Amino acid sequence: MSERFEPRIVAFVCNWCTYTAADNAGVGRMEQPPNVDIIRVMCSGRIEPAFILKAFALGADGVIVSGCHPPGDCHYSNGNFKTFRRMPLVERLLAQFGIEKERFHWGWISGAEAVKWAQLTHEFTERIRALGPLNWGKGDSHLEGDCHL
Amino acid sequence: MAPNGKLKLGLYWAASCGGCEIAVVELREKILLLDEAAEILFWPVAMDFKVKDVEAMPDGHLDVCLFNGAIRTSENEHMAHLLRRKSKVLVAFGSCAYEGCIPGLANFFDRNSILRRAYLEVPTVENPEGVIPQPVTPVPEGEIEIPRFYNTVKTLGQVTDVDYFVPGCPPQPHQIWAVVEAILSGQLPPKGSVVGANEKTVCDECKRIREEKRLKKFYRYHEIIPDPERCLLEQGIICAGLATRGGCGALCPTVNQPCRGCYGPPPNVIDQGAALLSAVASVVDADTEEEAARIVGEILDPAGTFYRFSLPASILHRARV
Repeated sequence: MSERFEPRIVAFVCNWCTYTAADNAGVGRMEQPPNVDIIRVMCSGRIEPAFILKAFALGADGVIVSGCHPPGDCHYSNGNFKTFRRMPLVERLLAQFGIEKERFHWGWISGAEAVKWAQLTHEFTERIRALGPLNWGKGDSHLEGDCHL
Repeated sequence: MAPNGKLKLGLYWAASCGGCEIAVVELREKILLLDEAAEILFWPVAMDFKVKDVEAMPDGHLDVCLFNGAIRTSENEHMAHLLRRKSKVLVAFGSCAYEGCIPGLANFFDRNSILRRAYLEVPTVENPEGVIPQPVTPVPEGEIEIPRFYNTVKTLGQVTDVDYFVPGCPPQPHQIWAVVEAILSGQLPPKGSVVGANEKTVCDECKRIREEKRLKKFYRYHEIIPDPERCLLEQGIICAGLATRGGCGALCPTVNQPCRGCYGPPPNVIDQGAALLSAVASVVDADTEEEAARIVGEILDPAGTFYRFSLPASILHRARV
């Protein structure tokens, strides 16, 4: 009856590791779902928490943040340290806003891990598909009707 | 201008605490200068004007309206539209009107849970019949209507067109006076500007000694007596100064209290909470994922702390409940 839900996923990935992995996955003809939109940034330490919030606010059903493996892989030596200091707080912040923790994935994928990238896109897409659309700003909690207790 | 050459001024409060009104009175002797320069035509908290007096004005009759308070009820919104129509210049005055402020923290809940808490669950409430206010209540004489309580707190700018924004909880009197002078002299910046504040952060105005920000532990206010000279954030207290617009003169850090962020985001920052989270977390002194997670885990209520004054104006506006 109803059409299968196709989640919209935004992935913020660093230029040096995860983007290279995603690029290699494409060059290597690895199958990936078309649901993941990649936004390349120079470093995962450049990914401001506001980017993640804005992605959800503008319609993303899930968000991925991925950079180089700590401690040693970062092209800028410790940009990814900023990432692992911030992201645990972002996780908790999202939960307080009522966004399920399953909708946000952060981690590390090196340039040599194209297979890992392809797997992540599959697994994450299916996970979000099972959760259903987020529809930020369109839920019942935003209605202004007269439904007093 | 009024026939006597005075500026026609209105002041109104919506969902607010009254602190913005007190801030106006805190102009002290300058309030006499304000009275010399302006004809106050509406100020419910201090003078005996009625809403029907405003309704009777021609559109654009008021030169300036300083509107404080957030939009919590249908009455707040009605007054916002009315005063917009009657004013040439509408100013969102104070943090509530500008960005939602403390009343805006209610956006972590929904209407029903707020009403349930306030009218049924609070230990000091005596309400055996479980009466909850209704928008319309039938009584023998007919029907009584009260304003509708919205599910979401909004800023003034989210319900109507606003010309200027004055931040602060409350705006500092010297900044209010600067705004009044700007209005009187006609030297106002472009529409949509934040006025009565600075273009840099609170840290820029703070006199404390800054060395290096490397945090091994976060403290809540009651857990530490801070050194009065050193940067509070460097001592492990979450100080919002580095993600907050200056203009207050670093009032709170000056008296050994961390900045709470009431002047809103600095220029070019959309989401104050996200900016503060980003800045605070990035100076955590942890070189492994486990240690970082443990240290930032000490922050008890990230959303409430980082969005204390700006939740309705933030990117997400409210929580999904």
